[in-house]
Amino acid sequence: MNEISTNPTEKTSQRVLPRLGRILAWVALFSLLVVVAMVLLQKQQGPVEVGQKAPTFTLTTFDGQQIGPAEMSGKVVLVNFWASWCKPCEQEAADLESVWRYYQPQGDVLFLGIAWTDTETASLEYIDRFDITYPNGPDLGTSISQAYRTTGVPETYIIDKNGNLAYVKLSPFTSQAEIKAAIDPLLGP
Amino acid sequence: MKIKRYLFGIMLTLLLGLLVAGAVSAQQPTPSDDQVNAIAKQLYCPVCENIPLDVCPTTACAQWRELIRQKLADGWTEQQIKDYFVQQYGARVLGTPPPKGINWLVYLVPPVAILAGAYVLYHAFSAWKRPIQKDNLQPTTTEPPAETDPSQDEYIHRLEEEVRKR
Amino acid sequence: MVANLGYATLVITFLVSIYGFVAAYLGVRRNSPALVDSARNAMLLTFPLLSITALSIIYLLVNGHFEVQYVTEVSSNSMPIYLRITALWGGQAGSLLFWSWLMSAFASAVTLRKWDRDREFLPWVILVSLVTLTFFLLLSIFVENPFVSFWQTPTGNITTAMFQPAGTTLFIPQDGNGLNPLLRHPGMIIHPPMLYLGFVSFVIPYAFAMAALITGRTDDRWIRITRRWTLVAWLFLSLGLVLGGRWAYDVLGWGGYWGWDPVEIAAFMPWLTGTAFLHSVMIQEKRGMLKQWNMLLIILTYDLVIFGTFLTRSGVLSSVHAFAQSAIGPLFFGFIGLTFVASLSLLSRRWNDLKSEVEISSWFSREALFLLNNLLFVGILIVCFWGVIFPVISEALGIVGQSIPALAGVFTGQKVTVGPPYYERATAPLFAGLLLLMGIAPLSAWKYSTFKTIGRAAWKPFGASLLVVVALLLVGLRSWPALLGYWLCAFVAFVIIYEFWRNAWSRHNARDENLLLALWQLAGKNRRRYGGFIIHLGVVLMALGIIGIELFQTETQGTIPQGGEISLGQYTIRFDSLSVFDTADGRNVARAVVSVYKDGKYVGELHPRRDYYYESQQPMTLAGVRSTMEDDLYVLLVDWQPLSTAAATFKIYHNPLVNWLWLGGFVFVLGTLVAAWPAKEPEMLVASRSVPEASKA
Repeated sequence: MNEISTNPTEKTSQRVLPRLGRILAWVALFSLLVVVAMVLLQKQQGPVEVGQKAPTFTLTTFDGQQIGPAEMSGKVVLVNFWASWCKPCEQEAADLESVWRYYQPQGDVLFLGIAWTDTETASLEYIDRFDITYPNGPDLGTSISQAYRTTGVPETYIIDKNGNLAYVKLSPFTSQAEIKAAIDPLLGP
Repeated sequence: MKIKRYLFGIMLTLLLGLLVAGAVSAQQPTPSDDQVNAIAKQLYCPVCENIPLDVCPTTACAQWRELIRQKLADGWTEQQIKDYFVQQYGARVLGTPPPKGINWLVYLVPPVAILAGAYVLYHAFSAWKRPIQKDNLQPTTTEPPAETDPSQDEYIHRLEEEVRKR
Repeated sequence: MVANLGYATLVITFLVSIYGFVAAYLGVRRNSPALVDSARNAMLLTFPLLSITALSIIYLLVNGHFEVQYVTEVSSNSMPIYLRITALWGGQAGSLLFWSWLMSAFASAVTLRKWDRDREFLPWVILVSLVTLTFFLLLSIFVENPFVSFWQTPTGNITTAMFQPAGTTLFIPQDGNGLNPLLRHPGMIIHPPMLYLGFVSFVIPYAFAMAALITGRTDDRWIRITRRWTLVAWLFLSLGLVLGGRWAYDVLGWGGYWGWDPVEIAAFMPWLTGTAFLHSVMIQEKRGMLKQWNMLLIILTYDLVIFGTFLTRSGVLSSVHAFAQSAIGPLFFGFIGLTFVASLSLLSRRWNDLKSEVEISSWFSREALFLLNNLLFVGILIVCFWGVIFPVISEALGIVGQSIPALAGVFTGQKVTVGPPYYERATAPLFAGLLLLMGIAPLSAWKYSTFKTIGRAAWKPFGASLLVVVALLLVGLRSWPALLGYWLCAFVAFVIIYEFWRNAWSRHNARDENLLLALWQLAGKNRRRYGGFIIHLGVVLMALGIIGIELFQTETQGTIPQGGEISLGQYTIRFDSLSVFDTADGRNVARAVVSVYKDGKYVGELHPRRDYYYESQQPMTLAGVRSTMEDDLYVLLVDWQPLSTAAATFKIYHNPLVNWLWLGGFVFVLGTLVAAWPAKEPEMLVASRSVPEASKA
């Protein structure tokens, strides 16, 4: 039970070793808690929020075009995450295309479709089916969706002319009016 | 009349032939399911976590398996297909993290930790080891002479009985 | 009304629980046995109260009270009664309450034991148990309340609340969503309760360990008290793991039993430290050594239980098993912080008090081998823990990388999967090492053994095991991992049989007892040792099955028309017919009939099925399996192509030796029962004798 060590050198070495061990143990525990806390906080955070700076990205469309921050600056950008295997996405596909055709002539609105974890053939077939004309491209390496911290499809993020996130929709749009109501305030003077 | 029967015979044969050909081709698509599975086994569904691609039941996974089949038909090698999946969907489709950057830690930390533990144990053993005292310790075999065993057992047994009685 | 009753008892239990640990603490501080007794009564009271709560939920589930949100989530009209009862643990809220119920049961059981010798432990055991119970009740009351109901506002919106909000009326859905189809399997009925029993019951040894640290009674007492508890807790955990594997094999349809999913590993980790503890505790009992290490192990076991539960339920880990993310994450994190910090502080404070005169005389002594066993178990733990935590660390570093652009290149934060290849490759040599130790350790003696003495004892089983290897080589087996694995299994099995035989024979000779009776008496007098042997035998059988299926599984898949055939090795299956129909309990069933031929001979008929549940829109494949001790032929109906009577796709797995895994599990449990069975008389502490070592436990 209570053993008293008689040898003085033994005593100091015993004291040093436990101290090192103690420090290591506390450091390990602390780091574990910090790491877990960080991830927990991020998971609790959810997707990127309105008002924050929208994460920048470059999209390579299925036609080979590169659309990056340069092409997006000064415009209202609607970023829509979808997938060909996603049934709810089909609900809003036609509406999105119609609203795009409505805004396209103005030139200051850009619609981007991001195919999330989808196969090229199936994506192209989906685009064909709904006759989508705005740029669409795959989310290579799921890097864009990770930047936006999406949790599924369909999700839509609307970025204003200054590059800040102005509107977030985590489900399919129910009508064209809803989409227009989200974009109109951002068009500015 | 004869010609009609003859033509009819040819048509029937042709139709039957097509049917058989159709049935045969419906049986085993090329590349075969097994070839697709061999690669799909090593990949993981990017959407549903930790499920290998060959058993994942979702529509997305079905599409990916068809993608593998298509690439195999185009002559791609296994490594090419895996690289394509990583490029398209990220590193998480692989079963183990690609050894790049901090991912090296995955492969280094456990062996280092275990070796460290082995060292600690070795060090502890050396510190704890005392020379064998010849008098109080006999090298004991676990082949005890069977004769002494029962007598000791007997003794213990009797002792237990005595104690129980009290 | 019943929901209100359930909630009321829940809240009362919460208050009683708080009173309990406060009273226990004050009882010690003020040296008042009356307060401590009051705390003990409080702990006793929690069980009947929570029983009412649990029974309320069961009542609501069975009677289809869909106005209660939880009932709608996990139950439905088409579910049979027994499934409605098991729906208690089918969702987050119910399973948390189930956990609390089990915990109160164990806490009460501990309360009922005789405390005369251990009065100073009592208040602290009560404190630790009740603090834990209070936390889980906190989660149930404030975050995951199973009694929350649906209310409809005048405008038609549906909200959920415990008590009726102003102006609303109770909303009663027609039907519920029903239990997840994957959970509607007999294995799934017992697996969660067993697992929870295993987790929860580890709180008792932990509480005693904490009590020992707090009171300074750092001798063996806490171990002796909790010895049987720990064994029982470990038994439940083992059973839970094996049943989980069986369920996965039967229902998940991928021909395997263990996927190295993070949630599976979260349940496996406490088992590893628990097993290490069971072994090293024997060193403390025999030699008085390693008190610090044992204390550390039991703390680690319990902390891993809590940590594992947190990982599963907080949403930090993504997994097929994980519950939906909810607000319990941060609360749970707080509890973990508290538990870990308290454990480490107490251990740290008493570290020097736990020192003992340590002496290891030889490298091959049983103490040394047990320590090696511990090293291997902890090694496997490190592999598992690192595999689970690395994706979390990688994500956390990614967050850092986002804020510090300079590091963004290294800390990409890209999601990675640490999957089966990593775990299998890393743990295989460690498990092999453990098998080897299982063979050698029974032959070594406490205090002193040399390579020679062990060799002398081992040569007969060793020789026999080599014969087995030769036999396997003659049969044509060439895979060296398999040969090594089978050799190890044979070696361990022969050592165990040899030990049994030798001791039974000498007893039979000495007392003229019938050999079987001698065996029975031996095991009876030395339950821990012989129970341990049976457990090890169980492990060997399981290893046999695991080696068979892991190294020699083959599979094939193909689409065949009716009447067509697919072959895999010696087996051929013929697609006879397919029937598609709807059942009364809301599913669409596609049932195929296939005939199985082995080496051309007809051996039976199988019925692989694909069930599609309408309400949850989930498909489920149920394999048709032909099981023998030699192998399993596992036939699945897959729907890569649409199923029709014209053509159907079948996937066949051939799993050699897999049923030895389940048999081994059964033997394993049997062995644990033998080891844990209480002796009729109090254990006699035999005075040490200088007799040649027969190593009675």
